[in-house]
Amino acid sequence: MLTVDGITVRFGGITALDGVAFTVEPGTAVGLIGPNGAGKTTLFNCLTRRCTPDAGTVSFDGVDLLALAPHAVAECGIARTFQNLGLFPRLTVRENVMVGAHSRGRTGHLAAALRLPRVRREEAELRDRADELLRRLGLEDLADHPASGLPFGTLKRVELARALAVRPRLLLLDEPVNGLSHGEVGQFADLVRSVRRDFDVTLVVVEHHMGFVMGLCDKVVCLDFGRKIAEGPPEDIQRDPVVIEAYLGVAA
Amino acid sequence: MRSMTAVLDRTRHGRFALAALLAAAVAMAVPFYFAPFQVFQLTMVLVYAVALAGLNLLVGFGGQISLGHGAFFAAGAYTAAIMLDRFDTGHLATLPVAAAACFLLGLGFGVPALRLRGLYLALVTLSLAVFLPPLLKRLEAVTGGSMGLTVEKPQPPAWSGLAEDQWSYFVVLAVSAVALLVARNLLRSRVGRALLAVRDNESAAEVMGVRLSLHKTFAFAWSAMFAGVAGCLYTWVIGFVSPDSFSFVLSITLLAGLVVGGLASLYGPLLGAAFVMYVPSVAQDLSEAAPGVVFGLLIIAVMFVAPTGLAGLASRAGGAVARRRAGAAASDRSSVAEPPPESTSEPSAPRTPVDPESVEAEPVGAPPRTEKE
Ligand SMILES: Nc1ncnc2c1ncn2[C@@H]1O[C@H](COP(=O)(O)OP(=O)(O)OP(=O)(O)O)[C@@H](O)[C@H]1O
Ligand SMILES: [Mg+2]
Repeated sequence: MLTVDGITVRFGGITALDGVAFTVEPGTAVGLIGPNGAGKTTLFNCLTRRCTPDAGTVSFDGVDLLALAPHAVAECGIARTFQNLGLFPRLTVRENVMVGAHSRGRTGHLAAALRLPRVRREEAELRDRADELLRRLGLEDLADHPASGLPFGTLKRVELARALAVRPRLLLLDEPVNGLSHGEVGQFADLVRSVRRDFDVTLVVVEHHMGFVMGLCDKVVCLDFGRKIAEGPPEDIQRDPVVIEAYLGVAA
Repeated sequence: MRSMTAVLDRTRHGRFALAALLAAAVAMAVPFYFAPFQVFQLTMVLVYAVALAGLNLLVGFGGQISLGHGAFFAAGAYTAAIMLDRFDTGHLATLPVAAAACFLLGLGFGVPALRLRGLYLALVTLSLAVFLPPLLKRLEAVTGGSMGLTVEKPQPPAWSGLAEDQWSYFVVLAVSAVALLVARNLLRSRVGRALLAVRDNESAAEVMGVRLSLHKTFAFAWSAMFAGVAGCLYTWVIGFVSPDSFSFVLSITLLAGLVVGGLASLYGPLLGAAFVMYVPSVAQDLSEAAPGVVFGLLIIAVMFVAPTGLAGLASRAGGAVARRRAGAAASDRSSVAEPPPESTSEPSAPRTPVDPESVEAEPVGAPPRTEKE
């Protein structure tokens, strides 16, 4: 479904990604791990056209992702969450989710200004769909609450709801349980698992929480200093001396 | 759960319809109870409200900035004046032309604005405002140079039995009601949400599929169009344009009015317009010598008391009232978010007659959001 090949990204002197290649099969969940600064977020940024690699190709269901305009990625069926939350703080929770469905709407400026009947219809539809997602994620009571000022764990769920509103086939989660308490991590893992099943999405997850990654993923890719140092089933990766070395090297 | 929201929605709509009806009635009655000069002042409040509503789209909801909206205002005013003066078209014909011309002008400026941000954008738009009056003076053959142009005001048809000031008021009321409705429509749609999303978090918005360049340039274009429509109305009401009426001070006054009225508030522009219209004359009364200083001090005072503008103050007061009334009702969230109609008929100053329209043109039941940031 997703094929990343030879991606290289340089920022001035540093090479954030260096010839990274891997594939994601439809319906699977792939974990992307690696020490801080390994280039995981940068890789996500390449997949969502936030940054353009200096070399390499990315193809998604046969579409050359790097040839797309940044706003066209969502339409392709790719959604993501952000490492440090990328919500719209002054919009309500419901509006945040409705923005997620932006690429599914058709209303243009003129139609909106005149509030044609089809605009009303589309608004009602988007609203219903957003409310359905909010119910699904247990957020319905917060629909009219501004997205700022809610607990962090709740915001993570709001962001997940917004990503699902894109109707993604590929969902990229950047450190979804980072900053959550121990109990919340377990809940969030259950939520992601059920969402994955119900919405039939393929997942790529960046996460430092090994329990979360190992419990969720079918395959794990490990990056270090922008290079892929290991790839395989979670059990193997956990025991891989190269991976352990990379993590310990950082910790030491 | 769902049926409850439906009921809430319906009562909200009902209340909105009632408030709108009441406001419309008051707005219709106003010109018969006030002296012509006061009616003229109210008309000008409506004119400025249209310009501020446009500026609000760009600054309040779009998160961009413009210190040059006086130039779009002037462009609209001159388009109307030139059409009336040179081509003797009727008044009505000038409105769509001024609107379209300023929309395109805004689109043209929106493109370079894409590359600019914050202070740089402020500076470039300011230079537009500074550069326009001398240009208008130069193009004497068309614009009448420094002397300006005097044009006819719309004349009340005989059947109406209205005086000139009353007729102007009603014409402007109609146009501004439509303009404010259009602004509200835009905001309550997919494109409005996209604009807000871009303001709040550009890259997240783009990842959600929002085309930044499109929405930003269109925000500029709409915004300029509203300013142009306001300028066109200005020409109708005043019957005279000259370059000195549109100095860069106008641009700055508009921005100040918007901030005082309340950024990103749907009825902030009406409050801001009243401020722009009445406060300079109040300042004049307080101090003959330095009205500018008094005006400035009043702005500072308002921002100190109400950092989110008069609209923020009003909705906070309204929220407090609603909370007290609702008690511990389950619906408290929505009633706080929604400014009850009374809240609009608020504050200060000797300008009671303004409030009615603010209710009328102000979509009260609009999405909650913003004011409180
Ligand atoms: N826009 C940028 N400009 C310059 N350098 C950048 C930029 N984005 C990332 N980098 C650098 O690229 C490297 C990889 O960063 P990246 O954010 O991808 O790491 P990461 O694996 O996500 O780390 P973490 O686990 O801390 O989130 C880092 O050295 C970082 O400083
Ligand atoms: Mg990261």
